Amino acid sequence: MLSELLSGSVPLQAYLLLAAVLFCTGVWGLINSRNAVRVLMSIELMLNAVNINLMSFSSYVDGQLIRGQVFSVFVITVAAAEAAVGLAILLSLYRNRVTVDMERFNLLRW
Amino acid sequence: MTIAASTQLICFLALSAVIVLGALGVVLLSNIVYSAFLLGGVFLAVAGLYLLLNASFVAAAQVLVYVGAVNVLILFAIMLVNKKEDLAPIPGLLIRRLLSGGVCVGLFALLTRVVVTTPWTKGPMPIGEEATVRIGEHLFTDYLLPFELASVLLLMAMIGAIVLARRDVLSEDPVTGEEVDQGLIEKARTPLLVDQPRA
Repeated sequence: MLSELLSGSVPLQAYLLLAAVLFCTGVWGLINSRNAVRVLMSIELMLNAVNINLMSFSSYVDGQLIRGQVFSVFVITVAAAEAAVGLAILLSLYRNRVTVDMERFNLLRW
Repeated sequence: MTIAASTQLICFLALSAVIVLGALGVVLLSNIVYSAFLLGGVFLAVAGLYLLLNASFVAAAQVLVYVGAVNVLILFAIMLVNKKEDLAPIPGLLIRRLLSGGVCVGLFALLTRVVVTTPWTKGPMPIGEEATVRIGEHLFTDYLLPFELASVLLLMAMIGAIVLARRDVLSEDPVTGEEVDQGLIEKARTPLLVDQPRA
């Protein structure tokens, strides 16, 4: 990895580490956000981290068949559907509770 | 697109700096509108990474779907629910944040260890600009079923989002059959679950 970095090209590991940073940031935001919209944004960050992984594997390991790129197109599709449904749920929650505070959405609590 | 290796490295470093700082801003900034715009910046930087990986089709899809649709949707949601509210303090919030931060750092250490110790095999040369044609071939041959399922999924999500976000409005009273006063419909309904006593 270091020899590749010194010769000036970007190694695969650099992409994977970047995706790991992005994913961990997303996980932290998902756990700690009190605004429900920010939770959805954290989920988008995590999906993007997964996409970076898929794309870099597709370019470095599977250069001819690029199945990773096809998969990331599917991931983008599912993310769009998830965002639409998530925000619709958020809107109807807001209409019933007049808050977006995650701590007060406790309707299904034991 | 072939550019010199050192230029590629500089582009990668700049884009990853934008991504990491933008992601931290999305999570940490207190103003959620700033977070939403930074999220758009992160999406654009990720699209730049895809260009660096010679995947122009996925980069275009990323810009169209994420920046053009998801981010705008999030901004609309913020505008619809944007109410200044003082969040009630929670006991032990700092401890919770530190603990989850520790968990995330541990997860990152684990991932780093896996990334560094695994001997990644170098695959065949990437096909570069042919990628768009190859994706099309994949979508209409061996990934045809997931492709069709994705279209059904999008249709279901669209209908579901409309049903969930719709405001139930009746044009006439269900009991008396009289016309409902339109001014009442336009007014916000009284929320049903506000200040429900905790069980």
